[in-house]
Amino acid sequence: MNSKADSRIISPPVDYGAVPDARGRFGPYGGRFVAETLISALDDLQALYLKLKDDPSFQQAFDKDLAHYVGRPSPVYHAERWSKQLGGAQIYLKREDLNHTGAHKINNTVGQALLAKFMGKPRVIAETGAGQHGVATATIAARFGMECQVFMGEEDVQRQSLNVYRMKLLGAEVIPVKSGSRTLKDAMNEALRDWVTNVDNTFYIIGTVAGPAPYPQLVRDFQSVIGREARQQMIDRTGRLPDALVACVGGGSNAIGLFHPMLEDSTVAMYGVEAGGFGLETGKHAAPLSDGRPGVLHGNRTYLMEDEGGQIIETHSISAGLDYPGVGPEHSWLKDLGRVNYVAVNDDEAMDAFRTLTQIEGIMPALETSHALAYAAKLATTMDKDQSIMVNLSGRGDKDILTVAELDGITL
Amino acid sequence: MSRIKATLANLKNTNRKAIIPYIVAGDPEPGATVDLMHALVDAGADIIELGVPFSDPMAEGPVIQLAHERALAHHVSLTHVLQMVSLFRETDQQTPVVLMGYANPIEAMSYVAFAQQAANAGVDGVLTVDMPPEEIGELGSLLIEQDIDSILLISPTTSPDRIEKICAKASGYIYYVSLKGVTGAGHLNVTEVAAQVDLIRQCTSLPICVGFGIKDAASAKSVAGIADGVVVGSVLVSNIAAAAEQQLPGDLNVKVLGEVVAKLVKDISVGANSVE
Repeated sequence: MNSKADSRIISPPVDYGAVPDARGRFGPYGGRFVAETLISALDDLQALYLKLKDDPSFQQAFDKDLAHYVGRPSPVYHAERWSKQLGGAQIYLKREDLNHTGAHKINNTVGQALLAKFMGKPRVIAETGAGQHGVATATIAARFGMECQVFMGEEDVQRQSLNVYRMKLLGAEVIPVKSGSRTLKDAMNEALRDWVTNVDNTFYIIGTVAGPAPYPQLVRDFQSVIGREARQQMIDRTGRLPDALVACVGGGSNAIGLFHPMLEDSTVAMYGVEAGGFGLETGKHAAPLSDGRPGVLHGNRTYLMEDEGGQIIETHSISAGLDYPGVGPEHSWLKDLGRVNYVAVNDDEAMDAFRTLTQIEGIMPALETSHALAYAAKLATTMDKDQSIMVNLSGRGDKDILTVAELDGITL
Repeated sequence: MSRIKATLANLKNTNRKAIIPYIVAGDPEPGATVDLMHALVDAGADIIELGVPFSDPMAEGPVIQLAHERALAHHVSLTHVLQMVSLFRETDQQTPVVLMGYANPIEAMSYVAFAQQAANAGVDGVLTVDMPPEEIGELGSLLIEQDIDSILLISPTTSPDRIEKICAKASGYIYYVSLKGVTGAGHLNVTEVAAQVDLIRQCTSLPICVGFGIKDAASAKSVAGIADGVVVGSVLVSNIAAAAEQQLPGDLNVKVLGEVVAKLVKDISVGANSVE
């Protein structure tokens, strides 16, 4: 009798594997908010993906490229000196920076380029902020012999000139976007405009877990290799799961890749770190989950940075890759569920973490990743020495040295 | 009977095509919009499509993007746009007004509040570019409750099955997007438009109005041969911008802008109604 009564008050466990639903929804988030012209292309992509997702020959082709082209599995590194200096939990780094092209972005572009190949599309386009996704797309386009155009906000073209040149060397054309705020969101608008015009021969490789369905799902699935590996590596290494996961969140693809395979491991706490810019209280940041509200942009409903009337507002972050007013819809859902804690780290704190990791461990992280590191450092000091934190070291920092040098007042 | 339905039925009875100009509310400045709407009507507009400014108008070409930016520089919000419609309605109770925009300003206001306020202002139809039939359900029902038509898009890539589904949900008229591309693109193919419009006619008795790529009397004529109405946007918007640029900032002569759009609308109207 008692047990029957008890079972009534326990809410059913959330089935994290059951999202998105057939409409591409994660609870109230996600969906397919695009102009009619793109619907048939999204229908085709979704049908193909659902078919190939469980097709062994597709999975084999994907795994083979991840192993021999990307260089997976990526190692897990115990940052012993840094952990000791902090005096709290042990910090482990999932070294996505060691992937080919230097970031987690390549996992997804390999997957989507294989889809483009199956669909017989000779041309790929991409949007990019920091340039990492643009480089990863240009790289895979070179390998598959596809025409490639990358849309990049004019402001980002300037602050990420090294990546712009890398893309050009790889044979891609970089198109500076001069509309709106001239950053990542405008690059995505322009990529969508190009796609609507060239939908017959073009595959749009979206770089993050946002956009219209099925993109949030397929990008998550391609990036989930990170969390699957990390979970097993931690068990092999320490005999148990990490106590906490930490990853930076712009659109949120590296975070979802790490988190998703461990969502049902209830002992693992999760922290998504947004760009706090000059500080949440200043309003000049890129932290929609911390200080935004739900709305519709770029094909999905999700938390956004917007004004009272629903106009998207300009964001600020020292890292171009986090400088985006939206976030993947699954993160919005995970926030509302309370499964993942979303926090923000300021520009200055991220810069400190960048310098610290570089000097103590000899690993130069991307400025995006530095946000996750800064939060992990704070978190570690609140935990015991026998506990562990896994940080997704999502990208390397070579691309950012001009930004850092400028802050130091040095012209290279 | 709704204003849109009555207007289109009346045109059909007199064997005329609907002339539907599009301008962005608040472009080039908020004070100009209502006067421009009246000028459009005087020049022969049958229905007015009023663009609601949005920071990220992803279906628009460069010309209309800039119009959105100009309106937003004056902080024109959806609330302001509804005020403009109310003001227009003070002296014009006949001409249907359709709001064309994006989902997020409506989300921000809330669907319920928007449907109510739009009805109060005298809005007749709402076309939300990034809300295909799969996403419009709740908003669509609220609009219908207020006797506001939910205008849906059909495009060259819409499959026959889907055309049927969209026609079942649409009201007012079908907006057929004549080409794969953004507004103001220049590669209209009339034969392809005719084939798809034929398919749509098999599914619905609603009037079919065609937009994107119509820029002058000749293109209006070619499209009017197939459709019940033509939507003209980018060419009006670019001429408004050019005329405004020649004037002193802060001292806009709206009458001159009205004359510019009136001439264009008259040309288009002559083209559209010269079909044998």
